Amino acid sequence: MASFLASLVECVEALTVVLAVGSVRGWRSAIVGSAAAVAILLLLIAGLGRALTRVPLQTLQLVIGVLLLLFGLRWLRKAILRSAGRIPIHDEEAAFAKNSASMRRLPGSGRWDRVAFATAFQIVMLEGTEVVFIVVAVGAGGVGLLLPASLGAIAALVGVIAFGFALHRPLANVPENKLKFVVGVLLSAFGTFWVGEGADFVWPGGDWWIFGLVLGYFVIAILTVALCRGKTNPMESGVNIQTAVSE
Amino acid sequence: MNWLRTIFREIFGLFVDDGSFALLILVWLGLTALLLPYLGWVPTWRGHILFVGLAAILMGSAIRYARRNGS
Repeated sequence: MASFLASLVECVEALTVVLAVGSVRGWRSAIVGSAAAVAILLLLIAGLGRALTRVPLQTLQLVIGVLLLLFGLRWLRKAILRSAGRIPIHDEEAAFAKNSASMRRLPGSGRWDRVAFATAFQIVMLEGTEVVFIVVAVGAGGVGLLLPASLGAIAALVGVIAFGFALHRPLANVPENKLKFVVGVLLSAFGTFWVGEGADFVWPGGDWWIFGLVLGYFVIAILTVALCRGKTNPMESGVNIQTAVSE
Repeated sequence: MNWLRTIFREIFGLFVDDGSFALLILVWLGLTALLLPYLGWVPTWRGHILFVGLAAILMGSAIRYARRNGS
């Protein structure tokens, strides 16, 4: 689930740029550039996944847990600040318009458009690197987790491509901040749990404690949104879960 | 090679965008992992302390940012 939702956000961001490149510069080079990047990323997942099986599980959980915490808390902090209206919400329509305009300004170069290829390749590599990290991090937490984590990411990729190419425009209605909020909570909870496991802490209830951590981070995040809006008492501010994560 | 540098910068940016926030997280993780086992507290408390510290860092950092960039 964490892998699917996080991948969904990254795929939507990459699709916005690929659609802008394809519609302005031509689809052939944009699709080949994207496919080349996806192929490299798949090789990276396969290589990293195999290499990680040789690392002792406790060490792996500690290292991956630290990285997940840095990554997850960063996302959660950003989602909190966006929900509180302190930083602007990512606008896919605006990003599409901006990318299309900058693509139009560049000169054309015949049948094979190097600009389109390079731009599509670069954005898919950039956003895909985040997906690879999430898949590997979620998959490295335990035996047999890499496959479902990979399938989650692939499902997100296929879904976004299908919708994007059917609509021929960016998926502006995807509630990106809601997703980032939820993924930030999930990754922070997993990261905390795995750091604890790696450092030999004892969690009451074992793996079930992850749900407690998810709930804990969720409550903290909702409370922080209210506090960031400038109200000291979240009850007075009228903040509820729906409004806190929806903006 | 420019795109390679961009990718490395992006990978670093995956984990760090506010340096002090990332540093605080790392310091807290180091403190809890290295010091708590020597304090002789009940082992089940260690995870709770880890979480409370991380939650406080998250809240503190977000609230500080919100105050600095008040509407």
